[in-house]
Amino acid sequence: MAEPVLQLSDLAKSFGALRATDGVSLDLRPGEIHALIGPNGAGKSTLIHQICGTLRQDSGTIRFAGQDIGHLGVSERSRLGLGRTFQVSSLASEFSALRNVMLAVQAQQGSSFRFFKPVMSDASLIDTSMAMLERVGLQDRARLPAAELSHGERRKLEIAIALALNSKAFLLDEPMAGMGPEGSKSLTGFLDGLRQEAPILLVEHDMDAVFALADRISVLVYGKVIATGTVDEIRSDPAVRTAYLGDHA
Amino acid sequence: MLSRESLINILLAVLLLAVPLAANAYGEPFYVTLATRVAILALAATGLNLALGLGGLVSFGHAAFFGIGGYAAGILATHGFSGDPLFFGLSGTNQMPVIWLVAMVAAGLVGLLIGAISLRTSGVYFIMITLAFAQMVYYFAISWPAYGGEDGLSILVRNQFPGVNTMRPVNFFLICYVALMAALGLFVLIRSSRFGTALQAARQNEVRVATVGIAPYRIRLTAFALSAAMTGLAGALFADLNRFVSPSMLSWHMSGELIVLIILGGTGRLFGPLAGAALFVIFEYVLGGLTERWQFFLGLILLGTVLFARGGLLGLLAGKARHG
Ligand SMILES: Nc1ncnc2c1ncn2[C@@H]1O[C@H](COP(=O)(O)OP(=O)(O)OP(=O)(O)O)[C@@H](O)[C@H]1O
Ligand SMILES: [Mg+2]
Repeated sequence: MAEPVLQLSDLAKSFGALRATDGVSLDLRPGEIHALIGPNGAGKSTLIHQICGTLRQDSGTIRFAGQDIGHLGVSERSRLGLGRTFQVSSLASEFSALRNVMLAVQAQQGSSFRFFKPVMSDASLIDTSMAMLERVGLQDRARLPAAELSHGERRKLEIAIALALNSKAFLLDEPMAGMGPEGSKSLTGFLDGLRQEAPILLVEHDMDAVFALADRISVLVYGKVIATGTVDEIRSDPAVRTAYLGDHA
Repeated sequence: MLSRESLINILLAVLLLAVPLAANAYGEPFYVTLATRVAILALAATGLNLALGLGGLVSFGHAAFFGIGGYAAGILATHGFSGDPLFFGLSGTNQMPVIWLVAMVAAGLVGLLIGAISLRTSGVYFIMITLAFAQMVYYFAISWPAYGGEDGLSILVRNQFPGVNTMRPVNFFLICYVALMAALGLFVLIRSSRFGTALQAARQNEVRVATVGIAPYRIRLTAFALSAAMTGLAGALFADLNRFVSPSMLSWHMSGELIVLIILGGTGRLFGPLAGAALFVIFEYVLGGLTERWQFFLGLILLGTVLFARGGLLGLLAGKARHG
């Protein structure tokens, strides 16, 4: 079996007395979509934060692309190829959608210490960025400030940014939220193809999307992974049904 | 088509040039000096605008850089005049280009040092720690008798610029005007560059910048040092305008004044510092002639700006700022 791209071992994180991450081990393999589901407050976002470095784990290790990244800063991990979207979208809100993507492209080109050339006449930045916006269907909204985009559009913009980073793995925290049924459907189709480019760790409450997409599912409850398996295994797991799925299964 | 803001900017630039030239033609050197003061304060505030306006770094310590630039001019001129060597056998000079270079390098290096420590904090802590550093520089200057201590340091003859009689007020004004325009040109370039993109993005959302793989700290530190150097240049010119340097250039009042200029004119706007400096100097002159408490009225206007016109004078005239 291929070496996992991302591997968490025995990760733990507490907020005071609350164990938000409690001995989590899971991995992400090449070409797969690994869905992470669980009730509100289970610790899904907290886990994503630790993988990206916006939160620091108390113990445990995080291996990515063959190296231990648990001690690296956010920007260093991103440069290694962790592409991430936020549950509450996080953008440079005054900048246009286009310039948000351009920021990622310039970072990708490794050159933010250029002081004199205007970015808005730099074809190498604009063309690549427009191509990314087209992939998520935002080309007509490119010149609007991020703050004026709808919820769903901001989500797509974050995905376009992650694409521009040539990510080796995508960590998507509830990308379907605020999309509406039509939006979820088209995004589901899009993510289905995206796994070819890089594996996806997908946090999502939309069970239709999860069941349609996931190669494997892990269920997180009170900071612990209570089950990992294929869609069918998870749907028929009695512990998962009581803890989370209820009559969804 | 030029935007409304560009038109206003051009108008401001032309006015700042035309008024002192006219005053000079009518034999009113006082107004030339007033305009020179506007240009120099605008230059200092444009430096701060790099850090504060683009980067969101509210430095309450930029007087340190202004004063360091001033002292660089004063000290070099004193040694240049007396012929005493400075240190390491180096001599002083009365050549402005050399003095400017030294002022910018000195202020930039101190900016690098202060920034390296201060930028590990943010928000109110950043404001306080930059203030604390500036106060350290201030007390150092006061307790340093070799260069006048509390009394300050006089520059007996204004420093020279090759081929220009700097003693003529209008000539010195033109030097300062060109320096300001060059600084504004640099500001435009930086603002629209990759570096400026990262700097402004870090102000809007630090996590976003880190998430695309750019470390905000290095971007901010570079901006802070550039900002310090620019304000240092203004300090050197200010010393030559007054032919005098004193610790008051380093005091926290000065730091506050620079912030006030930017807020009055419009934070982050290219011509915000010039609009603010012009307003400030006009108030100082008009109101200061009527009442000693002119700063009280300035305070009221500042309060009004913060409450009702967050974009400052330029925001009022040109509308909301637009980004690419
Ligand atoms: N910075 C923090 N400080 C203290 N407690 C926190 C912090 N962040 C999260 N928590 C708590 O940790 C628990 C897990 O939160 P988390 O956001 O990871 O849940 P989640 O699984 O993403 O939930 P949701 O499905 O609602 O997004 C919650 O009880 C939350 O209140
Ligand atoms: Mg969450």
